[in-house]
Amino acid sequence: MDIFLQQLINGLVQGSVYALVALGYTMVYGILGLINFAHGEVVMVGAMVALTALQALLAAAFAPVLAVLFSLMLAVAACMALGYGIERIAYRPLRNAPRLAPLITAIGVSIVLQNLAMMIWGREYHAFPLPFNNGLHEMGGAIITDVQIVIVLVALVMMAGLMGVVHRTRMGRAMRAVAENPSAAALMGVDINRVISATFMLGSALAAVAGLMVSANYGIVHYYMGFMLGLKAFTAAVLGGIGNLRGAMLGGVLLGLIESLGAGYIGDLSGGFLGSHYQDVFAFFVLIAVLVLRPSGLLGERVAERA
Amino acid sequence: MKLHRPANRHLLLALALLVLPFVIDALFGHGWVRIADFALLYIMLALGLNIVVGYAGLLDLGYIAFFAVGAYTYALLGSPQFGLHWPMYVVLPLGALFACFFGVLLGAPTLRLRGDYLAIVTLGFGEIIRIFMNNLNAPVNITNGPQGISSIDPLHVGTFSFAGQHELFGIGFSSVHQHYYLFLAFTLLVAFVSLRLQHSRIGRAWMAIREDEVAANAMGINTRNIKLLAFAMGATFGGISGGLFAGFQGFVSPESFSLMESIMVLCMVVLGGMGNITGVVLGGVLLVVLPEVFRHGAGPLQQALFGKIVVDPESLRMLMFGLALILVMLWRPAGLWPSTQRRRELMPDESVAQQEQDTVYDSAK
Repeated sequence: MDIFLQQLINGLVQGSVYALVALGYTMVYGILGLINFAHGEVVMVGAMVALTALQALLAAAFAPVLAVLFSLMLAVAACMALGYGIERIAYRPLRNAPRLAPLITAIGVSIVLQNLAMMIWGREYHAFPLPFNNGLHEMGGAIITDVQIVIVLVALVMMAGLMGVVHRTRMGRAMRAVAENPSAAALMGVDINRVISATFMLGSALAAVAGLMVSANYGIVHYYMGFMLGLKAFTAAVLGGIGNLRGAMLGGVLLGLIESLGAGYIGDLSGGFLGSHYQDVFAFFVLIAVLVLRPSGLLGERVAERA
Repeated sequence: MKLHRPANRHLLLALALLVLPFVIDALFGHGWVRIADFALLYIMLALGLNIVVGYAGLLDLGYIAFFAVGAYTYALLGSPQFGLHWPMYVVLPLGALFACFFGVLLGAPTLRLRGDYLAIVTLGFGEIIRIFMNNLNAPVNITNGPQGISSIDPLHVGTFSFAGQHELFGIGFSSVHQHYYLFLAFTLLVAFVSLRLQHSRIGRAWMAIREDEVAANAMGINTRNIKLLAFAMGATFGGISGGLFAGFQGFVSPESFSLMESIMVLCMVVLGGMGNITGVVLGGVLLVVLPEVFRHGAGPLQQALFGKIVVDPESLRMLMFGLALILVMLWRPAGLWPSTQRRRELMPDESVAQQEQDTVYDSAK
């Protein structure tokens, strides 16, 4: 059963990344009812900034652990600034515009970021330097690397931290209030603009961490990496019930598992007719099935019609 | 000739459209007539999507899939791939029919979804179609995988091929000119159907659903069938456009049907002005022509200004495209040329009395 275990591990690792990115989508959607299409690019920018910082720090002979930590902090800071900027420029002026207008600006931001990244970092694939030895561990016939263990652990810590922020702090309470009913929250003295900015920055910080994770796991950074990742993460958010934090986490991990198990077994299941390159199809099929059977997602509550 | 008379205006417009390819050819060269052909194909697509998004308010992010179905139908039935060379007047309607079938296939299970859920499902559907086209070369080779299908039969009726040179009244028509007139005819047909639908019983039902589905249902509109119809009609137009594309290009590959293309068509609709045919046509023309202008102009301009190419024109082109999307939406959230009704909805400072008067005035007209 080592293939099963191996795919389970791969799925779990990939799913943790999806979950972190999906949280960014779901928080923004919960508060603004908006698909932040540019979120995948934020992940990419996080990875790129981390890469550049890591290269520079390692060249300056920093201790490996410190270098990784510093570049992570730098990436998080850059992404938070970026998230804040995106919201200010592309979404805030359109808060009362027709629903499709912010979607188009989101797509615009996504295109701009991709091409800016291409101009700055070039078209080529960059190797992501790992400053320490990536040890392999054997677990019941399957192999897991140090990086993968760290990814799952960090993802867990980040998610627990986010839940803490949302459920234990004043800002978190304000966020939940705005998600529930913006005008009522405003009447109660919540500064909506501040809350929305904070949401974007929080989501972007998670995206930066996710960006570093993917790059470390695959060892590759590319200006186009954010697009498909963002798409999958959004899928995960919808799968779990968009607007729902626990749903995003569950959806992310589930999507990762479904994808890797699906890719691992689709060949056997279809008698060799379909191969593992149908991995993406698998994810989308499951998504469609879930939405058709349970349109509000796995953990989403059934919302009454908004007139 | 009085310009404000509708009949005269239409005549003038028709004349302008007829001589346009020659004017373009004389002013800018042959390549630009080809771009005009592509613009017409995209306008057809945008008009089709306008029915789904603009009229019925169903956000479809996988629209290019229907274009792909039409294109691959033409490619498979009119190329050496299977050794089939069916005539255009069979393959084109067949492609439209297949696309329509896929439209219903997509629409039927997703009708209960709304808004953004629908968007993500259609997006997933578009990706599924593309991935299948990319991978259906093994174990049985159907679509030839990422290499795509080449040497597709040109568009032809009987022995008349649109790809050949022809002469009429002493004027030489080359391939791009003939395709221009063919595409123009189809585009006008699609525009005409859209225009007639807009104020028909069906069109009003679509708009009622767009504004408030529950209320529309309560008014006795069969929302399920009407929404399916929107999907089917939009898909059909996409399929026709796809078939024409395959015949014109002579080559199809999955690369032409990426999500970016769906987004491009959606941008045409929204940027131009959702629900308004003139606006959508404007959006289509702008989004095809401006990037091309940039592609041809950015390199030489940089040479002239800095003496060397500072930024790769291709990425600069996309960068400008993205910026334009943001700026236009910030400046005109309802699109460049919105329909009168939407414009009225979006004028918060206009008094209600004025609005009511407008409505009375409109109905009296």
